[in-house]
Amino acid sequence: MANHSAHSAAAPSPGQPAGHSHAGHGHGHHDVSKEIRKYMLVFGALIVGTIVTVAASKVDFGGHGMNIAVALLIALVKGFLVAAFFMHLIDEKKLIYGVLGATVFFFAGLMYITLWCSEPGSFIHIKKPTEAKQPAAQPAKH
Amino acid sequence: MDIPYTTHAREDTGLYNAKVGIWLFLASEVMLFGALFSGYILLRVGASPGTWPVGLLNVTLGTINTLVLIISSVTVVMAWASLKMNRFDRFKIYQAVTVLCAMIFMVIKSFEYYDKFTHYEVVLADGTILDGHMVEKTADSITLHHFKEIKPQGAATNQAAATAQPAGAPAAAEQGGHGTAGDHATAGDHGERKIMFSEVAKHESGRVRVQNYGPWHNTYMAIYFTLTGLHALHVLGGALVIGYLLGPGSKMWFTNPERFTNRIEVSGLFWHFVDLVWIFLFPVLYLL
Repeated sequence: MANHSAHSAAAPSPGQPAGHSHAGHGHGHHDVSKEIRKYMLVFGALIVGTIVTVAASKVDFGGHGMNIAVALLIALVKGFLVAAFFMHLIDEKKLIYGVLGATVFFFAGLMYITLWCSEPGSFIHIKKPTEAKQPAAQPAKH
Repeated sequence: MDIPYTTHAREDTGLYNAKVGIWLFLASEVMLFGALFSGYILLRVGASPGTWPVGLLNVTLGTINTLVLIISSVTVVMAWASLKMNRFDRFKIYQAVTVLCAMIFMVIKSFEYYDKFTHYEVVLADGTILDGHMVEKTADSITLHHFKEIKPQGAATNQAAATAQPAGAPAAAEQGGHGTAGDHATAGDHGERKIMFSEVAKHESGRVRVQNYGPWHNTYMAIYFTLTGLHALHVLGGALVIGYLLGPGSKMWFTNPERFTNRIEVSGLFWHFVDLVWIFLFPVLYLL
């Protein structure tokens, strides 16, 4: 490690900005301060998003299914903001996109199979225990 | 032996190796949490209609924890940006806030867990359900306060207990008086009552039907503890790494600042992922 830093002439000493590097992005000093403005905007958006999520859960969008859709949509937007800006995915190398592309593919596949299984009439139909019992219990009510 | 490409990008990938490593790890993490989310969906759609508990958790605490994680995510990225601008002093402040946020998150989560472990459901021999917080438990009795009483009329089941309870009810338990309402308590009563195990219904095994809202209570509590427990472990792990890089690990800044900055970036990527998981966990478990 010690001799490693010897050949990396471009590596700054603590006295110099670490920005001008070969590592990752290579943001310069100026670039980083521009980035910070973006981070603050994303921060604000995430706070607003959280409040909107809680507020939206108190509104009826026409059925519980719609409310779930709205909540997941907001979560997706928030997730995108974190991934794109905090995790710098908006400007990343091809290899990372490749790894993530594979992840998205398998994750989507997993969710597809999950939803497929949860559809009535699918190859695994989850039998609801009350389906059989309910008629017997109903007459008690007037 | 030197680890190659800790600071310089590899020619073929254009990345330093740790970054490729962390993204491969995060990819596997997505699938780990994805599998549990899949389990959640199947448990939920497989539940009998109207039995999935909604409003069992404290939304206020969940919202605060969401904001705490968002703040920590910003401080992590600001810590990295500070190093890029050669401001080691600011880096230290930002990461200290990050670790503090992680601790606040864990403390709030502990309170939420504690609340569930002291929240009991007792089924009496006549089918009446008493649902409230435990004051005292002895060998032959349990004392509940602020409990709800659900009489066994027609379709009144366990589920009635869950749905009759308004959102944020567990936290509301701190409010209200401690007056003893005696035997004539009704739903939502804020009384205190000592229940002898002799008046409690029994399972076939002979065990009394006195159960707290731990993971064994129902499938919702099971998946809630599994998902949030695994997430909390990630918060703990991330806080340990960030804490190490803030403390003893920060010496590297003075010998190899570029490599140190990369370490901060990589630990930050993990932290953002932990925040990202919570962004989905919060609405799914607390609000829907």
